[in-house]
Amino acid sequence: MCLAVPAEVKNIKKDVAVVDFGGAKKEISLGILSGVKKGDYVLVHAGFAIGKVAKKEAQETLKALDELKRTIREDTGGK
Amino acid sequence: MKEKKITLAHGNGGRLMHEIIELLRIKFSNKALNEMTDAAELYTGTGHLAFSTDSFVVKPLFFPGGDIGKLSICGTVNDISMKGAKPLFISLALIIEEGLEFSVLDRIASSVRESSRKAGVKVVTGDLKVVERGACDKIFINTSGIGVIERKGFRIGAKAKAGDVILINGGIAEHGMAILNARENLGFESGIKSDCANLNFAAEKALKASKNISVMRDPTRGGLATALNEIAGASDFGIEINEKDIPIKKNVKSLCDVLGFDPLYVANEGKFICFAGEKDAGKVKKALGPEARIIGEVTSRHKKEVYLKTTAGANRILPMLETDQLPRIC
Amino acid sequence: MKKKKIRLMEVCGTHTMAIARSGIKKLLPREIELISGPGCPVCVTPQSDIDRAVKIAGTKDVIMATFGDMMRVPGTGGSLEGAKRDGADVRIVYSCTDALKIAEDNPLKKVVFMGVGFETTSPTVASTVLEAEKRKVRNFFILSNFKVLFPALEALASSKRIKVDGFICPGHVSVITGSVPYECVAKRYGKPCVITGFDDSDIINGIKRLVDQVRAHSSKVEIEYKRAVAKGGNVKAKKVLEKAFEARSSHWRGIGEIAKSGLKLKKEYERFDAEKEFKVKVPKPAVPKGCVCGAVLQGIKSPKNCVLFGKKCTPQTPVGPCMVSSEGTCAAYYKYGG
Repeated sequence: MCLAVPAEVKNIKKDVAVVDFGGAKKEISLGILSGVKKGDYVLVHAGFAIGKVAKKEAQETLKALDELKRTIREDTGGK
Repeated sequence: MKEKKITLAHGNGGRLMHEIIELLRIKFSNKALNEMTDAAELYTGTGHLAFSTDSFVVKPLFFPGGDIGKLSICGTVNDISMKGAKPLFISLALIIEEGLEFSVLDRIASSVRESSRKAGVKVVTGDLKVVERGACDKIFINTSGIGVIERKGFRIGAKAKAGDVILINGGIAEHGMAILNARENLGFESGIKSDCANLNFAAEKALKASKNISVMRDPTRGGLATALNEIAGASDFGIEINEKDIPIKKNVKSLCDVLGFDPLYVANEGKFICFAGEKDAGKVKKALGPEARIIGEVTSRHKKEVYLKTTAGANRILPMLETDQLPRIC
Repeated sequence: MKKKKIRLMEVCGTHTMAIARSGIKKLLPREIELISGPGCPVCVTPQSDIDRAVKIAGTKDVIMATFGDMMRVPGTGGSLEGAKRDGADVRIVYSCTDALKIAEDNPLKKVVFMGVGFETTSPTVASTVLEAEKRKVRNFFILSNFKVLFPALEALASSKRIKVDGFICPGHVSVITGSVPYECVAKRYGKPCVITGFDDSDIINGIKRLVDQVRAHSSKVEIEYKRAVAKGGNVKAKKVLEKAFEARSSHWRGIGEIAKSGLKLKKEYERFDAEKEFKVKVPKPAVPKGCVCGAVLQGIKSPKNCVLFGKKCTPQTPVGPCMVSSEGTCAAYYKYGG
């Protein structure tokens, strides 16, 4: 129920920030998030910053999947 | 057809539009029409011609990267080129809403002229109608085009062939997202420009590089996914494409992510896909330019369907466009 | 001994779609079954709310502003898209603040914002109401059809009809709420809850944590989406929401009435309440014959169990909300297969 996309804060003027979504810039509201500084990464939903987000450590989906499969195999006796 | 009235969805390039087109095709059925390629191939008795028509109703009239005038030439030039033909002559029909400023018409006409010169085609005939305020939206344009098929020995059809590799000449979704941002006043500064361009010279280069090109198609309304479905649906084979290999510019992907749009269904106006024999893949890729990519292949599995190998590594069906995408928050 | 399947429910429409688009279901071991819950706020909006919006949109001098998600959802008498076709001024906005701007630009019109969403969205609207108050905007109104997730989550966890071993919890709702509200569900009903992000690896890691917990017979709240979710959530957002809105009972389409699961504007902000400004009568909601969206929303039935699915009910001609919402279970099933 919530499409929120990370963006870098480029500029702040009172309660409005200009953020960069990776090439697409927009003005968004800081009305529901405090402590935002230029350079922060925030999650943006419906034109508002809803929270700060740390950069994700790239993880390979395949690796995660292998770990999950291993868990299941252990549980079912190694089948 | 279940619906009693025509809705906007019947014109969005997706499944419903294909249903209406099929109904009409059956009404007029003939060999040239039944092939259902972007342009009709006609035998005159001495040579082969390609003939195509397209109408343009884009809003707004002027957008980053182009305008309705440029689009009206590129659209028809590209349809002719996708048949492997050299586009030569264009007809230009204008339906103008009462009240349109002369300066706007002039600007559009200049754009038509510039695009025709670039493409090496001539506007040789035309028509003009003015309708009452409200009867059309500022201006509608129709262009038809004629080109010559000089290639002997092989034809560009609508069906995929076994073993073909699928290439595209560059990043997707630029036109659709540029238009959306301009039209809906969404307030994004993205630098995204429509990729609207004439493809005749690029198509020519591809055909010079290989005699084993079976299909060429420009994925306009309905996007790449819809165009691939049209091709698979007309053939006895399936198509598989790799999500990670599909080129898309970073800012275009970002805008799609923010608005919840799937770029595979967003319109392109300066891109085309090429189905080439595997041996020639490298040559054709080179001919298509530095942004070209190999995105998939034709397969004997899941006939008439298109499958996508996702970035997660799963293979799932990639259907045709059903309903127009809308900006969403969920 | 044949082990029974581990059934995990995701309660976020964005997860429904992310899982469908990425094809993750096909990659999971057979022992894991993913079911979709009522996590799509569009899907659970009752027909009466849509009928009210459609009626108001058709009123003279009204501009209805809505998120794109709601445009095609049918009530008993059509959708907002249908109202637009019939001449109503209905506009899609990306943010509630855009609706406020439309109100300021059109002082002679009444601008009504169709408020739908969970805890991720309602604070953004609360903030806009406070801003409207500050700017003394008199022609701006909210239709408050928001839902609060936790009462519904408790209803699902406590239900005897629904067999669920754990919950994949919505990452972005949790950015606002934090992890504490899930502890009640985990402790009282013994269901592990893992707050999960939306990337492919997030979802798989979230599932793994749940599987580990189920195996260990544990029922804790875990945060997989650590890079965005803190235990305490977004304090400012919660404060802003509390300032403008208070809880009320709400009807969830297909599920029924759930106490304290909806929001209404507080008395101090009553003047922004569209329900008070426009007193419209709407027909009692009726479930279309054959529609089983309710069961689908609770994970009891699958779209393929519905007689209307793919025949009378398609994305172009949706009967129930699960098909029309871009995140609906049936829409995902129709597009990407089971």
